[in-house]
Amino acid sequence: MKIKAQFGMVMNLDKCIGCHTCSVTCNNTWTNRPGAEYMWWNNVETKPGIGYPKEWENQETHKGGWVLKNGKLELKAGGRANKLLNIFHNPNMTPIDEYYEPWTYDYEKLINSPAGEHQPVARPKSQLTGEYMDIKWGPNWEDDLAGVHETGLRDPNITKMEEQVRMEFEQTFMMYLPRICEHCINPPCVSSCPSGSIYKRDEDGIVLVDQDSCRSWRFCMTGCPYKKVYFNWKTNKAEKCTFCFPRIEAGLSTICSETCVGRIRYIGLVLYDADRVEAAASVPDDKDIYEAQLGIFLDPNDPEIIKQAKKDGISEDWIEAAQRSPIYKLAVEQKIALPLHPEYRTLPMVWYVPPLSPIMGAFEGQMDVLDPNVIFPTIDQLRIPIEYLANLLTAGDKEVIKNALKKMVAMRSYMRNVNIGKKNDPSFLKRVGLTEKTVKEMYELSAIAKYSDRYVIPPSHREQAGDMFEGQGTAGYDFQEGCSNCSCGSEKDEQYQFGEKYWSEMDGR
Amino acid sequence: MSLLDQFLWLIFPYLMLTIFVVGHIYRYNTDQFGWSAKSSEFLEKRQLKWGSLLFHWGIIFVFFGHVAGVLVPKAFFDSIGITEEMYHFGAVWFGGAAGVMVVVGGFLLTLRRVTVKRIYKNSSKSDFIALIMLGVVVLLGFTNTVGYTASGGTFDYRENIGPWFRGILTFRPLPELMITAPLGFKLHILSGLVLFAMWPFTRLVHVWSIPLTYMKRRYVVFRKMNPRKALKGTQK
Repeated sequence: MKIKAQFGMVMNLDKCIGCHTCSVTCNNTWTNRPGAEYMWWNNVETKPGIGYPKEWENQETHKGGWVLKNGKLELKAGGRANKLLNIFHNPNMTPIDEYYEPWTYDYEKLINSPAGEHQPVARPKSQLTGEYMDIKWGPNWEDDLAGVHETGLRDPNITKMEEQVRMEFEQTFMMYLPRICEHCINPPCVSSCPSGSIYKRDEDGIVLVDQDSCRSWRFCMTGCPYKKVYFNWKTNKAEKCTFCFPRIEAGLSTICSETCVGRIRYIGLVLYDADRVEAAASVPDDKDIYEAQLGIFLDPNDPEIIKQAKKDGISEDWIEAAQRSPIYKLAVEQKIALPLHPEYRTLPMVWYVPPLSPIMGAFEGQMDVLDPNVIFPTIDQLRIPIEYLANLLTAGDKEVIKNALKKMVAMRSYMRNVNIGKKNDPSFLKRVGLTEKTVKEMYELSAIAKYSDRYVIPPSHREQAGDMFEGQGTAGYDFQEGCSNCSCGSEKDEQYQFGEKYWSEMDGR
Repeated sequence: MSLLDQFLWLIFPYLMLTIFVVGHIYRYNTDQFGWSAKSSEFLEKRQLKWGSLLFHWGIIFVFFGHVAGVLVPKAFFDSIGITEEMYHFGAVWFGGAAGVMVVVGGFLLTLRRVTVKRIYKNSSKSDFIALIMLGVVVLLGFTNTVGYTASGGTFDYRENIGPWFRGILTFRPLPELMITAPLGFKLHILSGLVLFAMWPFTRLVHVWSIPLTYMKRRYVVFRKMNPRKALKGTQK
């Protein structure tokens, strides 16, 4: 056994209101630079819909993730030799138009136009060519089902459904799906990079692109089935969500989580057995991958595990954090958080609590929707089809989704009874595999959602890093010159600033 | 031997090759961020396909052709029984085919860079300079193979250009060997040397980053915050 620690995130879709605050703050923090305007390391998709980039879930065209070839795990886009042979033209690459052509507006026209009969207009201008353009597709084009009567049926989760889904107004359903990089335990982007410049941090599992060693071979973009590695067309380098590592290292949550108004996000550690990763990602049946991934997570309260974790270099405070981890609670103990598209075999680490929705049909509006006796038998009639959620989160296994939803209903019912002083029937908790303790924890985490419960982030042990001084200012995404005045600048400046001479000048001695 | 010949076939080559070597060392140490293939496939994929495939595979064949024709001594071919005619046949037909690939591919790539707005607007000066210089060298070389050798020119570059170039590389220069070479070959060599000198300062550096180590690498790469910690006990 080789124990590694890994940060994970859970998003409670039941609470997401689709406000895009996460996307905006992420963009302001990380991607409002030339060449990165089109990137949304965090984006919120309205589902059903084809998403961003278009039809990213259709791996028959995008070729992301892993597949089993003769029982062995292999990149869907092709192995090592295949990559080198296709290095001059990657046939599977998703071009920028599948995301959208970034644009700005001719704002000066609004100020500089001479007085005239009509109001001046700020026309959209392509950021790629500087020319005027007609906007035909853009970020969030399908927000709140906009245009989904045309695009929705191309959603791969819909096309996989057996029952027919119609896009007529009366029958539509929708949900929000905020997405960031999954920081997978078995990351195909890392595996696709010929230069070895994408890496997983040994200490916390965060996946980063080394901007200095990226050589523009662009296979990472194809490799990622979530299409969360982006190509900066200005610097010709790959970029991706960093899990806000500078904040995480300081014990702060990521900016998308910090600013989430619905408090839907949770961040914490899990401990996993690195020796069992390959086996877990290689189970034959897609539907077993979810359980297999749960199987590699280790119980941080088990004395044997603690002993081994310490042996593998995980510090005491990190083990304690793993014991209090909301990720471990939601995914492993309560089993209401589920991985996004486990069938890609990436063992993703951003998990989702599926959303509840009203019951369709004759009873609508007339029944006590919190009563388990009503909900449990009619769970198939929720407005968001179970099968749709299953295609999204459990490789099509409807039972797992039903269980998670039933638990959420049971928790609500239980807590309401507690609040109004009614006696609880313990049998329905048992039926969904919950205890009173876990129900209370579920309630605390989802309804109270205290900051310190949502984010259990131990600061990194930077004091153990090599030469920290040398690492200053090396985390940027710009050309080297870009950072010359934001850090300590050239070597000469550094010595000057931190030398005795400088400080004595400051106080006049 | 005139002073000009002395300069062209002795001083100039060393000058250019020195810039080539020192320039690479300098760039590698100061500009890792800019060291890249600068792929533009993300902006335009369809037109890139045949241009890029033909050009790159062609130029790889051309490279090995130059190794066989210039770096490998003629005596070696003689010793393994490859006659003048056989070599000539191979050089013209295989070399010619590779040349066609490079010329056609290069033409398609140039066309794309100039006519596709997205690519044109996002090209740097150095991209154009590299492209033009590459075009000059390729077209001169191609004319030598097709226009001169194939159309019955009797000049055998293995007798003088080969030994001259090996002399430069082994620091035993024989500049006088170049004096009698036809003009086309001379221009190809001189422009090639200029290209070498520009090489380290353009996107052409990506040639040295061909990721062959990927073939035997583990798929998932882990990096440690403190790599020295992994070497337990080796440090104080």
